[in-house]
Parts: sequence; C-alpha cells; structure tokens
Amino acid sequence: MRALARPVGSVALAGNPDMAESPSRLSISQHKDIHVVEFKDSKILDEINITEIGQALGDLVATRDRSKLLLDFANVDHLSSAALGMLINVNNRIKEQNGQLRLSSIRPQILEVFMITKLNRLFRIFPTRAEALASFE
Amino acid sequence: MGGRNGRSGAKGGGSAGRGPAKRAAAAKPANGAANPGAGAAPLHRMTIASDFAAGRDVQTAILDDIERAGFSEEASFAIRLTLEEALINAIKHGNKLDPAKQVHVEYRVDPRTAEITIEDEGPGFDRAAIPDPTAQENLCRLHGRGILLMESYMSQVEWSRHGRRVRMVKHNQ
Repeated sequence: MRALARPVGSVALAGNPDMAESPSRLSISQHKDIHVVEFKDSKILDEINITEIGQALGDLVATRDRSKLLLDFANVDHLSSAALGMLINVNNRIKEQNGQLRLSSIRPQILEVFMITKLNRLFRIFPTRAEALASFE
Repeated sequence: MGGRNGRSGAKGGGSAGRGPAKRAAAAKPANGAANPGAGAAPLHRMTIASDFAAGRDVQTAILDDIERAGFSEEASFAIRLTLEEALINAIKHGNKLDPAKQVHVEYRVDPRTAEITIEDEGPGFDRAAIPDPTAQENLCRLHGRGILLMESYMSQVEWSRHGRRVRMVKHNQ
C-alpha cells in the first residue's frame, strides 16, 4: 500500500490506515490488544477539541467489539465538564460493546474534579499506566 | 480541596460564608466604580458576543491578572475551571450562541481575592431545579456538571436575576 503523507503531528490509527487520521491531539499506541491513548494537549477545554477527541476515540472503538482502551492523562493539567461528558460518552459506547475502559496517570488536581463529580465511581481509574494495563481482563 | 462553599438562593444577595473583617477591604464599592484612591484594585467591565473565542479572550485577561496578583496554583486552577464553566454556560446555555445576545463580565483581582460576575441575556433558569449530577441515576448523563464545579471550587457563588447573573469570589490560598 502506498505511504500516506501525514500532516506534522497527526497519527494514523494503528492497524487501519484507510480510516481518517486521528487529530494531532492524541497519541495512540498498542499494547497487545489494548489501545493506549495519550493526550497531547495539556488542557482539554475547547469545545472543538473535545468534539474531535470524542470522535477519534469513538472511531477507535467502533472498529470491533470488546475494545480495550486505556486513556493516559499524564499530560493533562486542565479539563472542563464538557470533557467529562465526552469521556462518559466514550464509556457508554464501550460498555455497549462489552469493551473495557481504564483511565490512568491522573494528576491530583484533575482527580479531584473526578471526585467532586463522583465520576471516580463511574470510571476505573489507576495511578499508573502499568497498573491500568494489568487490570484488563 | 479547593474551597467548597457558597451556594445561595436564586434571588441573590444571600451569600454564604462571610469571612473575617479583613475581606471587607476587597469588597467592591456599591456603585461598582473603580476606586483606585482607596487602594482597591480596579474593577474591569467588558461585554462580549456570544461566541467561544470572545469567551477565551476574557479568560485570558482575567487569568493574566490572577497570575500577576500571585494567586496560588490551587486557586488559579479553581478560577480557570470555574471561568470555563461559567462562560460556556452564559454563551451556550444562557444566550444559546445567539449573536444578538451579549455576555457581561465584571471582575476585580487583588492579591487576596478575585471577584468575577458574569451575566447573560438569556431566559434564566431555576437553580433549585437543576438535578444533582452526582446522584447515581445521573452519573452517566453527558451534561449538567458545570454548576456543581463552579460551586465546589469558588469560595462564594451567588445567583441572581433568575440565574442570568452569577457572582463568584475566590480567596487566594
């Protein structure tokens, strides 16, 4: 297959070069059968960014059933309630297809946002990526 | 934990948690005019269109002042998050992105306190009627957490003009 010319910073979805490329805001890699996603933006605030991220994550899990997705928040120092809504939407879609979602490496200030909204009860959150990866069934 | 406090009724004026007398020095004058002679920080007023880019400019202006005033990392985080939520609420939910409607912002920042008031020109809403987003049955909902975050992170939050206007105070800690 021909090599795709990619704009600087964008990453093609692993294993499916015919799909639309993910926005430059996400860094996607594979660990066995788990999609590992890192956020390049430290601030997940802007509505347009949030929508694009949500779409890219949705596309990622739409490729097959029982998707395994890890979201690594190491780089994130701000997010808004709209971003939380996007994450819940991703979570709902993954649940629908019997997939698994984990969140990891969330900084204390951001973790507090999850706790105030009680979303720490909805998401499976781990302090480190390694612990999150080990938790997948 | 960033200052949980301060929810009051929709009629406004009844702010909870009045602090020590020293905070009175940071209160804005009743007529809202800038009062540099008394040593109080200036009151800034601006009116913006109902679009996100204009909202972002307001955030930048306020956050620059916050940084210059030497606010703590924790208080700065709280203000940034709250501003995001409050401006999105005014622009998107209050004014419904209507170009004919504006958002009015007033703020004053001094080293001890930031005071921010945001008002939209929409129909308003009943604060008491907003469901609790932390209730089990609401956890999976995509929306409805902005006000909870504002009220959790600011030292005081007062709603008035049937929800169109919100006055928020954050003490630097």
